[in-house]
Amino acid sequence: GVGEKDTETLGKFEAENGLWREENPNRHYANNKIKTTKYTLLSFLPKNLFEQFHRFANVYFVFIALLNFVPVVNAFQPELALAPVVFILSVTAIKDLWEDYRRHRSDKEINHMDCLVYSRLERRYVERYWKEVRVGDFIRLRCNEILPADVLLLSSSDPDRLCHIETATLDGETNLKQRQVVRSFFDLVRPLLFYNSIIECEKPNNDLNRFRGYIIHRNGRRDGLYKENLLLRGCTIRNTEEAVGIVIYAGHETKAMLNNNGPRYKRSKLERQMNVDVFWCVIILLVMCLFAAVGHGLWMFQYGDKRPVFDVLSPEGTDLSPILSAIYLFLTMIIVFQVLIPISLFVSIEIVKICQVYFIHQDMDLYDEETDSHLQCRALNITEDLGQMQYIFSDKTGTLTENKMVFRRCTVAGVEYSHDANARRLAMYQEMDSEEEECMSHGGTLTRRDSVTSHQSARVVLRSQSTKSHRRTGSRAEAKRASILSKHTAFSSPMEKDITPDPQLLDKVNECSSQLDFMRFHSQPMSQLPSDLSDIIDFFIALTICNTVVVSSPNQPRQKVRMRFELKSPVKTIEDFIKRFTPSRLTSGSNSSSSSSLITNRSSNRGCSSVLSSPSAESTLTKLDEERPARGLEHAFSPVPPNYEGKTWAAEEGELRYEAESPDEAALVYAARAYKCSLVGRLPDQVTVELPHLGKLSFELLHTLGFDSTRKRMSVVVRHPLTDQITVYTKGADSVIMDLIKPPSTDNSKGKRQRKIVYRTQNYLNLYAADGLRTLCIAKKILTKEEYACWLQRHLEAETAIQGREELLFESALRLETNLQLLGATGIEDRLQDGVPETIASLRKAGLQIWVLTGDKQETAINIAYACKLLEPEEEILTLNADSQEACALLLEESLHYIQAKFLCTSTDQAAKTFHSEFAAFDIYPSSPPSSSSHTSPFTVHRLGLVIDGRTLAYALDKNLEDKFLAVARSCRSVLCCRSTPLQKSMVVKLVRNKLKVMTLAIGDGANDVSMIQVADVGVGISGQEGMQAVMASDFALPRFQYLQKLLLVHGHWCYSRLANMILYFFYKNAMFVALIFWYQFYCGFSGSAMIDQWYLIFFNLMFSAFPQLITGTLDKDVSAETLQQLPQLYMNGQNSEEYKPYMFWMNMIDAFYQSLVCFFLPYFAYADSDVDLFTWGTPITTLALFTILLHLGIETKTWTWMNWASITFSIALFFTVALCYNASCPTCYSPSNPYWTMQRLLQDPLFYMLCVITPLAALLPRYFYRACQGTLFPSPVQVGRQLDKLPSETRRNILSLSRVKVGAQLGPKPPFLSLLKPFPKDYNHKDQKSFSNSKTAQGCQGPVLQMDNVGKSHQKGQSSPLGVTHSKKGLSDPYTFVSTEIDTLPYTKEAPGHTGESQPPSTKDSDCLDKTLDPSDLSLSSWITSTPLLTQGDSVQVTLPPAGGSQCVTYKRNSEETPGLDHTVRPTRRTEEQLANCSKDHSLQTTL
Amino acid sequence: MMASSYNAKDEDGHITVSGPGGGTLKNKKPDNTAFKQQRLPAWQPILTAGTVLPAFFIIGLIFIPIGIGLYVTSNNIKELEIDYTGVDMSSPCFNCSQNFSWNSTRPCTCTIPFYLEQAFESNVFMYYGLSNFYQNHRRYVKSRDDSQLNGDIEALLNPSKECEPYARNENKPIAPCGAIANSMFNDTLELFYIDPNGTKIQIPLMKKGIAWWTDKHVKFRNPGGNNPNLTAVFQGTTKPVNWRKPVYELDTDSENNGFINEDFIVWMRTAALPTFRKLYRIIQKKNSMIPTLPRGNYTLEVVYNYPVGSFEGRKRMILSTISWMGGKNPFLGIAYITVGSICFFLGVVLLIIHHKYGNRNNSADITN
Repeated sequence: GVGEKDTETLGKFEAENGLWREENPNRHYANNKIKTTKYTLLSFLPKNLFEQFHRFANVYFVFIALLNFVPVVNAFQPELALAPVVFILSVTAIKDLWEDYRRHRSDKEINHMDCLVYSRLERRYVERYWKEVRVGDFIRLRCNEILPADVLLLSSSDPDRLCHIETATLDGETNLKQRQVVRSFFDLVRPLLFYNSIIECEKPNNDLNRFRGYIIHRNGRRDGLYKENLLLRGCTIRNTEEAVGIVIYAGHETKAMLNNNGPRYKRSKLERQMNVDVFWCVIILLVMCLFAAVGHGLWMFQYGDKRPVFDVLSPEGTDLSPILSAIYLFLTMIIVFQVLIPISLFVSIEIVKICQVYFIHQDMDLYDEETDSHLQCRALNITEDLGQMQYIFSDKTGTLTENKMVFRRCTVAGVEYSHDANARRLAMYQEMDSEEEECMSHGGTLTRRDSVTSHQSARVVLRSQSTKSHRRTGSRAEAKRASILSKHTAFSSPMEKDITPDPQLLDKVNECSSQLDFMRFHSQPMSQLPSDLSDIIDFFIALTICNTVVVSSPNQPRQKVRMRFELKSPVKTIEDFIKRFTPSRLTSGSNSSSSSSLITNRSSNRGCSSVLSSPSAESTLTKLDEERPARGLEHAFSPVPPNYEGKTWAAEEGELRYEAESPDEAALVYAARAYKCSLVGRLPDQVTVELPHLGKLSFELLHTLGFDSTRKRMSVVVRHPLTDQITVYTKGADSVIMDLIKPPSTDNSKGKRQRKIVYRTQNYLNLYAADGLRTLCIAKKILTKEEYACWLQRHLEAETAIQGREELLFESALRLETNLQLLGATGIEDRLQDGVPETIASLRKAGLQIWVLTGDKQETAINIAYACKLLEPEEEILTLNADSQEACALLLEESLHYIQAKFLCTSTDQAAKTFHSEFAAFDIYPSSPPSSSSHTSPFTVHRLGLVIDGRTLAYALDKNLEDKFLAVARSCRSVLCCRSTPLQKSMVVKLVRNKLKVMTLAIGDGANDVSMIQVADVGVGISGQEGMQAVMASDFALPRFQYLQKLLLVHGHWCYSRLANMILYFFYKNAMFVALIFWYQFYCGFSGSAMIDQWYLIFFNLMFSAFPQLITGTLDKDVSAETLQQLPQLYMNGQNSEEYKPYMFWMNMIDAFYQSLVCFFLPYFAYADSDVDLFTWGTPITTLALFTILLHLGIETKTWTWMNWASITFSIALFFTVALCYNASCPTCYSPSNPYWTMQRLLQDPLFYMLCVITPLAALLPRYFYRACQGTLFPSPVQVGRQLDKLPSETRRNILSLSRVKVGAQLGPKPPFLSLLKPFPKDYNHKDQKSFSNSKTAQGCQGPVLQMDNVGKSHQKGQSSPLGVTHSKKGLSDPYTFVSTEIDTLPYTKEAPGHTGESQPPSTKDSDCLDKTLDPSDLSLSSWITSTPLLTQGDSVQVTLPPAGGSQCVTYKRNSEETPGLDHTVRPTRRTEEQLANCSKDHSLQTTL
Repeated sequence: MMASSYNAKDEDGHITVSGPGGGTLKNKKPDNTAFKQQRLPAWQPILTAGTVLPAFFIIGLIFIPIGIGLYVTSNNIKELEIDYTGVDMSSPCFNCSQNFSWNSTRPCTCTIPFYLEQAFESNVFMYYGLSNFYQNHRRYVKSRDDSQLNGDIEALLNPSKECEPYARNENKPIAPCGAIANSMFNDTLELFYIDPNGTKIQIPLMKKGIAWWTDKHVKFRNPGGNNPNLTAVFQGTTKPVNWRKPVYELDTDSENNGFINEDFIVWMRTAALPTFRKLYRIIQKKNSMIPTLPRGNYTLEVVYNYPVGSFEGRKRMILSTISWMGGKNPFLGIAYITVGSICFFLGVVLLIIHHKYGNRNNSADITN
């Protein structure tokens, strides 16, 4: 039907002219054909050669080879000299050709995918290839089709004019997104009317989240186009039978393609360093050549006119002047000495890297069983960079955490429901991880689970029957089970869905709804419900409806393209990726489970649509459609009998599936469902909720004020079916919601109750935060009709506004969301991935700076940072929140002063000492000068954490401030950037990389990390979590974050040390070999003669000495993997480039020259004044050199496997075989020199053997001796690690466990009793907090700071847990006021609400004291706190509270304007009522400040 | 409880049987082999004073005796060297060396008397030695045509361009071509024993067997196969510029004439270093009773042809016996002794180091 739409509605860009022509007027826009190949058949050879000659080395070698063709200067047979270069070039060319061919094939496949395009000639939709799609074409899209281009949605089969798309391939988000039909086509009835409109839109750009344009209709009406109208190439249509759109951007202009600018060519640090030394080699070469040339000139000159017989004339018979001769000789020498710049080095490095990649690939420890994926090295040329990282930039969600939100606990109306069973359930998932094997084999997992909660057994069975599966797997066992249970895709894992309700709360919900049912039956007003019960029901209703969750039924399965993920080569395009990959979780529904390619997928698409249209599979949507008339006050009470049987319930509701934009939402809806309050349907204007007793209730959805990151909340405005009131349900971050709570009136009981609720909720919120939970507050507001009408009017104005619509809507939302009534709060757990804290701890021990850059909000980020041990409880945190450039500058300035005052002036030594002892905690290093020197750098890293939000970051990244920012950030142990945009992430990485000149690694999983991943020296993508964008941009793709540890500490270390040693060895080897010839020049009149046969000379590097070093470069392990992981400190070896320092190059050069002297002069003297001929003398030298070089490698080889032996044997055998064959092969060939029978004669000569024994030994004596001395006198940490390796495993384990305990005691959470013995510098004792205020809030609003130590003296011992609360004013009028944050180590922190300190009602204090006596918590006054991260082990601290007497009440008063860190006062007092009163007095005092 | 666990098991079994493309079937799990997991059994030597100590001592203990042996062997070799360049006015060859040029036709003969203090017992090798003669000069080394020397008729008439500018003379190909051949040593040395009673006995010198067997029989061949008429074979070629007579007149013995003349072959094997000796003749031991060269007076008669003045070269005649390790050269023995001693010394140093510092490390390991 849609096809009848008039073709004249053509896209018109940039409004040049509005004329409509017969043919497509958009011809001049890019077509949809994509071409990612570099070459064509014709251009390949020139272009490839051109590219190869960008490499200086290649030019050099070709130059030398060509030089050989010049008779005057040639040194070798020209053809022979050409051979290696041609070999190298052709190998590279073939590799490039192959890669390009693969790209070409994938392009072709993508270009030839089908789609339905409206044909103007045939007046219907015809199948066309993707490449034939043009801008302005109408495209009909069916369910599960992939969009061929960026398409403006004009029509949809969806009754709500929506089209659901899955953008996993673009941004990695697997949830469905809604796209709307363009507004002016919204009301169209099918068939579409005839239109002649012009579309104007912005030029193609790569911003996925922006699209602006207008559609200008013939009548002059303009309609705005937004990103909600645009379907992007690469996305998949879901849950929408059919959609029609017009192509806006095609081919390379699509946003997906523009986002795909290919990976940056990366050159590893080692290679950069190597290139410097290659440059030095060139210098050495030139010097040597110059020397020889001058020498030759002088040698010629000494004969004067008397021409000796051996000084052969030029071929023409003319005499050469000494000068000319010297010039020719210079060129000849370059050829002869060319080996100094080793052609084989580049080839060898590439081979070694490929082997390293292979081994990394093969590592079982980097293989993730549950996703059946292993690490992918997508960049082949930077493996050794892994061993030199200094900074890690990590994404948070999905990288550190699993991005799996699990409802943990909640508090309703000030009553906490701890959900112990739920906690146990979650704990069990963790347990199962460790016991997966047994569990799986005995089915014990399920049994144990069932024993914990009876709700589970039914569920397990049900789930196994239903077609649900997990989205992301929490535990391996779970994953295994899930993959067994179903191959189909759904959103959440059982862990996220199977919430075990708190029995108490469940009872209350039941009671409440039965009462409601009763009241409704008796037509009593609902307001008579007790307020706590009404809060509970409201709470759950809010959880259920205040979201954008889409309900779907399993009868309408989400169809997903199913393809195996087999990336063999870097994916270059999004299509490529689409073609090749679908993670297993994207496997399609039941009816397309067998489809494994696009072609079959297409057929299954059709299958899907037929399923959709068949009556047997009626969708929830159509079902709900029928209910549609029943809305408003006619409550749709379904005759569902109330039931309490979980099984029945689950059997019914288990069928529904929730698809949410954020996992939090889904978690909450699932949580509500556990309390029988389940969302059963959602329409644009109606939400249907099923409640116990009451049955299905339909809420008229008046407005949805979507979540945005500035408001940090979302609201729905509904008409409550029971009370018929217009109710606003708001859900949002605790920091903002608490601000918006209606100040409770103080006079009546209701107000008191409200206040109590608020206090207690805040209290629990702090608790949740301390547990690392993501907290959300739920609030509601009841609007009177008048209020609503008033608001509505302005809201509608905003909605229809064209100019500044966003701002107006934002303001409108702000107007609505005020004076809320707090219902409760939830704690959602974003579970950390397995082993994240351990990984971070060990990476940190390895000397890596870890920065977390997250788009998440500050509070969550801090919580997670604590949970994953990124921030330590005893760390101070600097929080930078500024709302202007100046404020930011001021903050940075202050922070810098603070750091200086605190650390550099007062306790540099101490700090450095502590730091050092911590990092070099493994005390077996008798003296570790390298590590200590690395820490005495001007910027000592302190025990400081820096938290900065995106807004401030934007200011801080400004040119003027970036240096200051860096100065602050680099002195902090951990840096947390919250709310940062992808661009900011990459800017931060870029800044650190460029300014600090450090090696950076960025790790992330989502599309928002792509830019950061690309900017960093090494980009790591987490695969299988969020789409593949990050993976495609990355150099390495890991299945899990924890694998980073082995990747860096083991493989990185190995790769680095192997390659560094190999490169050094190469330089040595070539210098040594070339120097032999150089010495000879003194005895051949600097004539450029070589005693080494040209064949040996050319193939020495390529063949004879190549294999052992390749084997060593690939397989050598300086320290075993176990030791490397247990002693992360060894990683610093690579960070400090200890294997390959600049001086080492020169040391190697000197050694090479020494060795070549030995290798030259021993044979020289042994054969002096004998009848030895040139090659009979030169061949032993070659042999000796080979032996020396191999033995040298032997000294440098740390582990000898049979491969090493074999390769060395092979090398020697190869040399002799080749030499014997070559010397026997032909008496006349190989002109001009013919070493016929030389080797054969030599082998009969005892002198040859005598030389072969003594020369290598004499040559290697110094190195061997030096190594031995070094090993004893000043062993490097790596050597100590090797010694550990040698110890019997038992002893080693003991030593390592000892050292681990030590390290763990310092880095891990310390039990208080242990820490008593550990003196800490005083500065570290307190969880000091520092509040900064910017100029706006500084005047008088600076709140006092109160910290209270409940653990008494322990604060002196480093395990103190004072309570700290920072106060800074945050007025409503000033939403971006800088906010201070602090760490609280005591969980019982309570903030009194109040807009300003002055307005604090006096009665609060009383209630505070009351609270204090009720539970040992403290109260602080006067202002809002925006973040309350708490120490995770807060609970344990509480347990260790001394029974009596020892407590102190420590008050810190801090004024940020003064020199911080010096003015705190410690006042030990006894914890008595009196003392509490004192504290209260302090409060009041400070309050009046 | 039972149901659920049973169920899971059932599902498990079901999937493994029929799951299409399931993880169980198509597993990308890397093989757990020692090689792929980089766990090959390995020997891990750690170089510390303690571990390398024995090596140093063993090397020292082996090398010193070898060195002594070599030194003694070398010292047992008898060698006599006579410089007959004639730079000194007093030298008998002074005259010859003065009025000389390559193309002088009049042979100049000089006689050098010498006294042999020790009898040479075994075979005596007679060398001529040249100094400062850069036979290893790059352009010199190349200046030859192996094909021509191998008897290739084609190459004989068209010498390779490597021979330039000694490939052709007066439009005739030079045989043998090239600078090496052109500069061939052409002095004639004869040795006379002066009997105690004054008679002059010529010592028979063997001119065959001085070149490598392979050179004589494989590498060098006269053109025209076994045609004994070398004059005919070399028809159309010309002698090298500096030569007095063409290549086919080098010797009367057809087995030692033309390209397979052993003096020529020896010369063509270019020396490695500017000071070199080349085997000239062999004085064979006649019987075990009489020494090959008894002590006494000798005279060396030189037909002085070869000019060395232009490069300040020296010409020597060397008589030497040889051992299994070649001619007299004490260097290798000394080298062995030196290296052996150094090793021993370093071994002692390491022993001290090991004693002083070695234990600290190990104990630190264990205690930590």
